[in-house]
Amino acid sequence: MSETQAKPATTRMSFIEAAVQAQIEEMERDERVILLGEDLDIYGDGKVLQRFGSRRAWNTPISENSFCGMAVGAAMTGMRPIVNLSIASFMYLACDQIINQASKLHFMTGGQMKVPVVFRGALYYNSSIAAQHSDRCYPMFMNAPGLKIIAPTSPKDMKGLLKSAIRDDDPVVMFEDSTLWTLKEELPTDPDFLVPIGKAEVKHPGTDVTIVAIAGCMKPALLAAKALQEDGISVEVVDPRTLVPLDRETIICSVAKTGRLIVIDNAHRTCNCAAEIAAVVAEEAFESLKKPIIRLSTPDVHIPFSPVLEKPLYPSKDAIITTVRKLL
Amino acid sequence: MLRIRKFEEEGTRLYKEGQIPGAYHASIGQEGAIVGACMALRDDDYITGTHRSHGHPIGKGAKLDGLMAELMGKVTGICKGRGGSMHLADSSVGILGESAIVGGGIPLAAGAALSAKARGTDQVGLTFFGDGASNQGTFHETLNMASIWKLPVIFFCENNRYAVTTSAASSHGQPEIWKRAQGYGIPGHTVDGQRVLAVYEVTQSAVDRARRGEGPTLIEAKTYRFDEHQVGLSTHGEPYRSSEEVRNYVRNHDPLRLFKPELLKSGVTESEIQAMEEEAGEAVARAIEFAQQSPLPEPGDVYQYMYVNPINYPPLHRGALT
Repeated sequence: MSETQAKPATTRMSFIEAAVQAQIEEMERDERVILLGEDLDIYGDGKVLQRFGSRRAWNTPISENSFCGMAVGAAMTGMRPIVNLSIASFMYLACDQIINQASKLHFMTGGQMKVPVVFRGALYYNSSIAAQHSDRCYPMFMNAPGLKIIAPTSPKDMKGLLKSAIRDDDPVVMFEDSTLWTLKEELPTDPDFLVPIGKAEVKHPGTDVTIVAIAGCMKPALLAAKALQEDGISVEVVDPRTLVPLDRETIICSVAKTGRLIVIDNAHRTCNCAAEIAAVVAEEAFESLKKPIIRLSTPDVHIPFSPVLEKPLYPSKDAIITTVRKLL
Repeated sequence: MLRIRKFEEEGTRLYKEGQIPGAYHASIGQEGAIVGACMALRDDDYITGTHRSHGHPIGKGAKLDGLMAELMGKVTGICKGRGGSMHLADSSVGILGESAIVGGGIPLAAGAALSAKARGTDQVGLTFFGDGASNQGTFHETLNMASIWKLPVIFFCENNRYAVTTSAASSHGQPEIWKRAQGYGIPGHTVDGQRVLAVYEVTQSAVDRARRGEGPTLIEAKTYRFDEHQVGLSTHGEPYRSSEEVRNYVRNHDPLRLFKPELLKSGVTESEIQAMEEEAGEAVARAIEFAQQSPLPEPGDVYQYMYVNPINYPPLHRGALT
């Protein structure tokens, strides 16, 4: 086969296209993979619906708790459902099925049941849709053991992590930061390209300060790291990618090198993911720290409608730069 | 029915003696509804149930040893001591689990039915739930989805008249629960839950319908629990049900007593019935012996069964307790 005929090794895709592509590839690969969700057509999964039809892609009524429960029942009986809840705040409606059933049934049945289900939800904030839609609610689910929780920050990680999640035998909740939807990059076309669950990635190597950035915080963190680099300040940006189980080793190794840690998290400050990471480092790597750990988080206030009120609530590139300078 | 009755009588005794920890919800009085429904199912059909979880697995054919060992929190328990009294599951006979969250098991059974439909098998799902659960959102949401997708699922309500202490009459805008089916465009039936053969017949016709691809059915079996909501539960103030009412059900509506004349009429002899009673008693006694002699789980193994595929788990940390 000539090179011109060969399938290219990579293709350019956006964050959201990568999610659709991952699902299509996995549904092609394994007929046990099915999709459930509301208004699939308008949330990017219309392509899946068209391609696989209504026996593989189930367009649901607005009944979050029960269609999540049905996905759990289907998972226990041989299917591998993906549930697209569209907005992550809608997961609140389905907490009984996600937390009390999906996360617990393998354990509570002494290993008899497997629940290979993926729940997807978009973190849809900084868009003037006010408090009820805008929550970055992953910390609440982090407190429910039994779930695996992923939060990809690049199209490549989206594709690779979602595919790993679909192939995993445990329930996985994926939070998709909508501020990353339009990000584009080259990503592998290999249908077996996977990003492992539970493995962090250093997105920007450095030696002076470690920044651990969660989900959409990756964007301002990388911009800040690049700006500081021009001033000779070397920032290491770590992307956990998986929030549960956390890759503690990569974070601790980075802090061992830099001695300084800033954790950036758009979730509300109390008991957020940054709090967990700060606690892990304080407990396990206190000896490495040259300065106190700093968390940059959304304060404990509801997300307001007015953009002028909302925008300042999330850690910005400038706030990150100022904080890094303070730590040095 | 005999096995359930004997299991529950002995279980109650063991609970009072402190040999069974936690809470104990006995199914005594509801055996006809449970067994009549399970008789209409195959081993590869699926059920989900409730916190009153001992009768359903026995009715579906689970072995008693693992159930009794589970109640005692032993490592040989069907759920390895992780589930206990309210959560008996046995995948070998299609019991997906018993949800102690009221109404929680309803969508699971419909999901199993969706799975059967997607896989192209003729299996059905049946979910047991109480009168209280018919006020949960999952009941209404799932009936609706099962209807639009014609899922092979049977919604089986064991209406024992009381959600703990709250009567159906005082908590249901439409206390005839079977009539709620109409709102979702599916058939609804009511049946005397104390008559095991009547329950079997109505369930069998719903199962046949589901296997033919014609969709779900709601069945309301009117039944009664002879014991308190849970063993040892004390209530204050005015009793929520009168002792005359309880006596009336125990005397005149015991599913075992009501079935005996039917058995005799069909040619089964007194001595054969007695042999069955003895066999049930012996099976329960063997299960108790097995459970009592079984080892307890190792505390260090507590993390087992958290994940099918554990990653970085359990994490080692300085504050670790175990």
